Amino acid sequence: MKYIDEYRDGELAQQLAKSIAAEADTARTYHLMEFCGGHTHAISRYGLEDILPANVHMVHGPGCPVCVLPVGRIDAAIWLAGQPDVILCTYGDMLRVPGSKRLSLLKAKAEGRDIRMVYSSLDAVKLAQVNPDRKVVFFAIGFETTTPPTAVAIKQAQALGLTNFFVFCNHVLTPSAIAQILDSPEVRELGTVKLDGFIGPAHVSTIIGSQPYEYFAEEYQRPVVIAGFEPLDVLQAVRMLVRQINENRFEVENEFSRAVTRDGNTKAKALVAEMFELRKAFEWRGLGLVPYSALRIKEAYAAFDAERQWDVPKDSPPDNKACECGAILRGVKKPTDCKLFGTVCTPENPMGSCMVSAEGACAAHWTYGRFRDTKAQDA
Amino acid sequence: MTLSRRTHPRPLDIKNGRVDLTHGGGGRAMAQLVDELFVAAFDNEVLSQGNDQGAFSVPGGRMVMSTDGYVISPMFFPGGDIGSLAVHGTVNDVAMAGAVPIGLSAGFIIEEGFPLSDLERVVKSMAAASKAAGVPVMTGDTKVVEKGKGDGLFITTAGIGMVPPGIDISGDKARPGDVIMVSGTMGDHGVAVMSQRESLGFETEILSDSAALHTLVAAMIKAAPGIRVLRDPTRGGLAATLNEIAAQSGVGMEIRERDVPIKPQVMGACELLGLDPLYVANEGKLICICGPDDAQSVLAAMQAHPLGVDAKVIGVCDEDPHHFVRMKTAIGGTRVVDWLAGEQLPRIC
Repeated sequence: MKYIDEYRDGELAQQLAKSIAAEADTARTYHLMEFCGGHTHAISRYGLEDILPANVHMVHGPGCPVCVLPVGRIDAAIWLAGQPDVILCTYGDMLRVPGSKRLSLLKAKAEGRDIRMVYSSLDAVKLAQVNPDRKVVFFAIGFETTTPPTAVAIKQAQALGLTNFFVFCNHVLTPSAIAQILDSPEVRELGTVKLDGFIGPAHVSTIIGSQPYEYFAEEYQRPVVIAGFEPLDVLQAVRMLVRQINENRFEVENEFSRAVTRDGNTKAKALVAEMFELRKAFEWRGLGLVPYSALRIKEAYAAFDAERQWDVPKDSPPDNKACECGAILRGVKKPTDCKLFGTVCTPENPMGSCMVSAEGACAAHWTYGRFRDTKAQDA
Repeated sequence: MTLSRRTHPRPLDIKNGRVDLTHGGGGRAMAQLVDELFVAAFDNEVLSQGNDQGAFSVPGGRMVMSTDGYVISPMFFPGGDIGSLAVHGTVNDVAMAGAVPIGLSAGFIIEEGFPLSDLERVVKSMAAASKAAGVPVMTGDTKVVEKGKGDGLFITTAGIGMVPPGIDISGDKARPGDVIMVSGTMGDHGVAVMSQRESLGFETEILSDSAALHTLVAAMIKAAPGIRVLRDPTRGGLAATLNEIAAQSGVGMEIRERDVPIKPQVMGACELLGLDPLYVANEGKLICICGPDDAQSVLAAMQAHPLGVDAKVIGVCDEDPHHFVRMKTAIGGTRVVDWLAGEQLPRIC
């Protein structure tokens, strides 16, 4: 497949791996956090850890949109789906995320609530169009990548004069989450989590550009390399990070220059700014309340805001006590450190959100990498 | 009906649970439902073989019987329809025991209001498929349900066949060192069906691979009567089927990503939809596992048959107490090829 195979070339991968091994200083370790679930998935899917030198450690970050949504917001979506005349629609991965009381949207659907999976926000608008006597609620989730499509959906619903289309907005922001991780006591004071550099988001950066990362590269003195989601992208980014760390540089570099510019997609950014405003704080699974880290719909578009149309419950039930998703999302623990991992928590019966999406650290390790754990045990 | 013979971390919640779409997805949730409910209740030696067909002795030899329900949506798709699929699918399940299919039954559950012209189109296509395969529909049943109580048309077919003397093919016979082959490209059927789904509407020239494989199987067992395992990778695709066999036979497997044949168009569609082609359904392909000494002759027999021209060796079985299916990735790493979790594509067959 053209423009894809080039980034999955086995020989080039081996060459890159060799040059990383040659440049990495054997006297030290390199702890690199890939923020995005897309990178976590690529690392596991292609077995990249097998070809990286032993002193380069990948730390999985919180950039998996379904993983960071707290239980309370899932419960709220299930609650919305139970309101009279409502059709709740959302992207596929959200259906299996566990809320409290072991309920999920998929189980609520089996119990009779009208919950549908859509591939695009515009499909949700279409649903509202063909079901004028129903109220269609789009459960909008995701980072900066999925926010513009939600904005376009609202625009379109407005242009069509729809009064039965609503958005339950849960869009969150990447830079504030990275800052929160770097501000966490584990990184700043205790030093229990080593983070020497970041692989920056691919798709998110196509929207926001590379500029927003410049602040914390300088402020927190950590290099950032924005990289695509293909295996060679990740390897190249690792090499660039190793070089920066060796040379004591803390810059934002762009490996994904085929799609990312410094300013990003200005049109998309303008549309988002027109429709959404910052929430003062938003709860993230694992990170807790993060200031100015999420968006809500502006007053001018209140007619489309599910949170204004319904009195959506604001409870915030805790995660399962034994679930380590929180610590895993902050890079403090690894999936295998969790007692539930692979025992009662598997992708079929996820207890925590990291086990749901293929981009979650637990699901990625369970699905692609767990043969390494048993190998270690057997040895 | 395939069993996984594995333990599940949590038993089915019979008291409060409900059936959801994952229970029909061909993944672990379905395996659990089959193991803990159906196999437990029907408990008998034939069913416990855990294959897509049951084999049993009759005076004069060994017979197999298989049944399958067809609920595919949309009913008509590039390369076939629910009618031809209902013939091919069941003929294939019979053939995967190395058996010669003898005949089929067909049960129709039709929703009130279903256009007769569509019904005729389906039945004619079914008749053509059965004629081409040389496997007649010998008996049938018709039921109509009220509007809203079905989705147009569901078909169930059952098939019987005779196993030639000396042939003993079953999912529990793979041994370390055995060679794993596929008869052609993976994922064509699932992608062809997906392309017709209203909400996706992408254009593709991919046709479903829906086909009756019994003549291919006959050619293969002629070349090597000692073939150990045959199975068609339908729901859950290559990944689910290899995991079933690995668990049933108690072996591990290692396949090579580079050697798994996938059409570039299928790969492209999967990229777009976020699917992994290893999990996408096939309806005209088979997986064959045989001893290393038979591999060359079986491969040659497959490639000489019109339905096996793209056949390839994709890996080997090995010893692994955890029965992992592993894959050497194109860039040189290793990953698990796991069971499908949840539901990738509902109503694909």
